[in-house]
Amino acid sequence: MSAETSLRDHRRKILDRTSVFGMALCTALTVFVLLVILGYVIYRGASYISWGFLTSLPTPVGEGGGGIANALVGSLLVVAVASMMAIPIGVGAAIYLSEFQSGWLGRSVRFLADVLIGVPSIVVGLFAYALVVQPMKDFSAFSGSVAYAFIMIPIILITTQEALRLVPTSLREAALALGTPRWRMILSIVLPTARRALLTGLLLAVARALGEAAPMLFTAFGNPFWNTNLAKPMATVPLVIYRYAVAPYDDWHNQAWAAAFVLILVVLVVNVLTRLAFRSRVDD
Amino acid sequence: MDSEQRVLERPWWRFSFWQVGARIAHGSHVQKWGDRVFYNATRFLAIFIIILSGLLVLELVQDSWEAIQKFGLGFLVGTTWDPVAEVFGTLPTIVGTIAKCVIALTLAIPISLGSAIFLALYAPRWIRDPLSYLVELLAAIPSIVFGLWGLFVLVPIVRTLQIWLKSHFGWFPLFKGPAVYGVGVLAAGIMLAIMITPIITAVSRDLIRAVPRSQMEAMLALGATRWEAVWKAVLPYARTGLIGAIVLGLGRAIGETMAVTLVGGNAFKLMTSLFDPVHSMASQIASEFTEATYSLYVSSLIYVGLVLFGITVILSLLAQFLIWRLSRGRIGILE
Repeated sequence: MSAETSLRDHRRKILDRTSVFGMALCTALTVFVLLVILGYVIYRGASYISWGFLTSLPTPVGEGGGGIANALVGSLLVVAVASMMAIPIGVGAAIYLSEFQSGWLGRSVRFLADVLIGVPSIVVGLFAYALVVQPMKDFSAFSGSVAYAFIMIPIILITTQEALRLVPTSLREAALALGTPRWRMILSIVLPTARRALLTGLLLAVARALGEAAPMLFTAFGNPFWNTNLAKPMATVPLVIYRYAVAPYDDWHNQAWAAAFVLILVVLVVNVLTRLAFRSRVDD
Repeated sequence: MDSEQRVLERPWWRFSFWQVGARIAHGSHVQKWGDRVFYNATRFLAIFIIILSGLLVLELVQDSWEAIQKFGLGFLVGTTWDPVAEVFGTLPTIVGTIAKCVIALTLAIPISLGSAIFLALYAPRWIRDPLSYLVELLAAIPSIVFGLWGLFVLVPIVRTLQIWLKSHFGWFPLFKGPAVYGVGVLAAGIMLAIMITPIITAVSRDLIRAVPRSQMEAMLALGATRWEAVWKAVLPYARTGLIGAIVLGLGRAIGETMAVTLVGGNAFKLMTSLFDPVHSMASQIASEFTEATYSLYVSSLIYVGLVLFGITVILSLLAQFLIWRLSRGRIGILE
């Protein structure tokens, strides 16, 4: 072996080592950024949050205290109404796609869902504005629900379809062989079998909607007062974070951190839950 | 039969929602009828999604029609946005959006591909699983939380970076602007990079893992180092899909709203420097929409939304096509 080749081999080896190191560094950097963001939100939020913050209404600047009770209830209401619209549509369409010979219709719906999932949430907000706010001539919590539902539908459709795909065909055949009608086979065999993956998908969709602020800017709009009327503007947690973050008051900034902490907590809990659900399914 | 009997003898309050339906239709004479109703109901819901999508396009076009008629395609190259004079053109926001995305991709592509290769091929299982999970968790953080963090933590850091860049590389044309704001194209680009890295990483990791083992093994058997096998066999094999993953990330970056609104600076101006605070399309809609007082103004903002919608749809079609061509099946974009 000549000296030249061994030198080249040496270089190749060094490149091999450094590349592994570089890639490990990339991964470490990504994870590090995540931990920094999470850590900072938890640090700032946890140092301000209190029971009173969660249960009291916003107060004017300078008065101190004040909380996000109305925004918490508002977020839950808006998302709940959105779920009532999105879950039947998403799950129903997914059943059609995976349980029946859906052909070109099924393919195009799935294709559309894949496209819709990439539509920016701000555009969805514009859509809800044009569809609901303009005819009603006022911002309303309901228009916010429409926007959220539109964001949730493709997520629910895709996750449900994937969940139903996991159900063994033999179960369906066994049910049909016993003379069960198809619709009943789906409702009492297929859906219960896939329930864990189904719930996971629904939770992911809800978590996604809970954190969206952009489409709320000109639909639910926000409201510093207590309101449970769906036809009126309503506060939601992400909106409160936005309004408080851009305001020039330190107290409001603290409240924004605390609200972000609440939001992060919800997202983390949902993600850990879905993780656990998937893990135990694999163990079964 | 036995278990079915048990189900049917339960009191009503112990039925879950799907069993209630099952109970009502117990009896064979309703079977055909039930199937037909069920089939048509789910089919209608599927069709409803198509209707909704059509409605989305229709509403956007209809509500931006006033601006489309008045400005036509010149809207896309107009550089004036003057609500008082009622003249609208959106070139600066398009340029701002592109600049932010270019920065984001420049930072995110090497980092996410590096992480993806590491997670797919190098990391042992006990590291790979938790790290993959953490990366996916990063994708689940709401954009408004990124924005809050960006505004109060990232922006001061970027301001320091700007001052340093200006004093050392001030001759470079893109670093010529005022280095005082912190918020601006650079900050928004970095923010976006952080936000799209997990998406690109997750999708490319799956794609790389889907490359047949034999591709890499053949290279290794010929005496290549692992890096050479990755660089010359695995990556070329996955290339189309990886480009798809990047396009997917780009689509997210372009439509990203809240974080960019908070750290982007939101000035309507044709950027000349990376330090300029500049609107992107999404942030302009977000920050001006509720202040738009007359219909042409609203219509112009919706026109911006329509353009944004068109771009993201094209990008997501492209991404799907590229990813699908490689994987021939589903890769978990969602997870």
